[in-house]
Amino acid sequence: MGELFSQFNILGAFWVTIQLTFFAAIGALVIGTVVAVMRVSPVPILRGFGTSYVNVFRNTPLTVIMVFTSLGLWQTLGLVLADEQSQHFFKDNNFRLAIVALAVYHASFVCESLRSGINTVQPGQAEAARSIGLTFLQNIRYVVLPQAFRGAVTPLGNTLIALIKNTTVASVIGVAEASFVMADMLDARADVLFLIFIIFAIGFVILTLPVGLLISAVSERLAVKR
Amino acid sequence: MSSDQTVLYDVPGAKARVRHRLYGAASIVVALLVLWWVLTKFADKNQLEAAKWSPFLDWVTWKEYLLIGLRQTLIAAVISIVFAAVLGLLLGLGRMSQIRLIRWPCAVFVEFFRAVPVLLMMYFTFRLYNQYGLFSDDLRALAAVVTGLTFYNASVMGEVLRAGVASLPAGQREAGLSIGLRPPQVLRAILVPQALTAMMPILVSQLVIVLKDTALGSAILYDELLNWGQTLGSAQANTVPVLIVVAVIFILLNYALTKVAGRLERRLRRRGASKGVDAEGTGLGAEVTGPDMRYNTQTGL
Repeated sequence: MGELFSQFNILGAFWVTIQLTFFAAIGALVIGTVVAVMRVSPVPILRGFGTSYVNVFRNTPLTVIMVFTSLGLWQTLGLVLADEQSQHFFKDNNFRLAIVALAVYHASFVCESLRSGINTVQPGQAEAARSIGLTFLQNIRYVVLPQAFRGAVTPLGNTLIALIKNTTVASVIGVAEASFVMADMLDARADVLFLIFIIFAIGFVILTLPVGLLISAVSERLAVKR
Repeated sequence: MSSDQTVLYDVPGAKARVRHRLYGAASIVVALLVLWWVLTKFADKNQLEAAKWSPFLDWVTWKEYLLIGLRQTLIAAVISIVFAAVLGLLLGLGRMSQIRLIRWPCAVFVEFFRAVPVLLMMYFTFRLYNQYGLFSDDLRALAAVVTGLTFYNASVMGEVLRAGVASLPAGQREAGLSIGLRPPQVLRAILVPQALTAMMPILVSQLVIVLKDTALGSAILYDELLNWGQTLGSAQANTVPVLIVVAVIFILLNYALTKVAGRLERRLRRRGASKGVDAEGTGLGAEVTGPDMRYNTQTGL
């Protein structure tokens, strides 16, 4: 087993997984929040845009989005996200394209989580905000969203766990994250198939389990007291 | 939904309505600009040429590529959801068993396969089947896809079943025990049938997830819709249009399934509401006509 670790860069692969998760989570949170605000805004057309975004990206397989960023955005439409002169061009470009795909896909789930968070905010809060003359955006920004985030910790956390696992899909466009390296290792060392799988599976358990425990601890502490 | 939407902002008056219309017009302009920019990008790269899109008007494109792919996608999804439902039921029952020797392995199985990414599982099982020559060559990728999807979704469904049973009113269990049923009988004859009906919408929305995840099969060269789309795209040099069409097929299918799940849920909730009044015991008559009695006559599932 030690020999497997010295022969292949297993920890490096999981580091790529963590990086993908980190950047995609930030991207998804930003896009998802904007879409969620659009979906509850008083402007009907913006609501329509928000709803369409969620329906489109939630119902498209992540694999299709991932393949599209590589074959479509980059190879056909010429979108380049890294320095083309750099010797790490392919690595960097694929890595960033994968982040785009992950962020865009998970943003729709972040939006739905936030909407359920908004539902947990007591109507009196928003009414009080309106009655002191706050506009919709002020109301959302200072009163509703801060409480909605606290109420949405559990669904947001579940989305984060799904995101950690979905980073494996980046392997279809050649990002050397955990599942990509595992597939390589399985091809090279067919004699220890089970051992390799167990190593990587436990790696993912180690990544996702603390997040799950953290969510249940945090959601209880952050829940708005009524 | 409508109630919290009106709570977030005042009912728009005359001025606000004009302003909202202006915002709406502005956002449409922005959207049109973005669309125009995307289309010019597409046109720059010759993606709007008739030659790239006309194949979709040709029946051969559908018959020999996309519909075959769609069939393979549906085959994988249906087999997986059936296996997952059966295995999920067993796992859910196992986790609620009173025997520790059954409960613990089921718990480990569920927690393990919920944490392992489906794609990781597919990479592994595909090579495993290869190594030991399980399944014939043309079925091996399908078997790996089905295995990955089944184990993950069964674990999820097992948990859903357990949550469904836990959410039933305690009176259901107590009533079963008080008429002399043993705890496993109560579980099988009273609790699980009710949890199962409540689970129907979740089963359908799980089908959406399964359907989307079959696309992962393209990574182990299972010939599903995305895989056929990529073949088609390289054959006709129109990858972008093909991927868009493939995405639209998936979106339409999943959107329809989501609608079905929503309708099922509303129907169950309406039925559940009337059931709730009965169960709370408005009168003795409720107990006789109540929907729960008939399950007592069933010996199994």
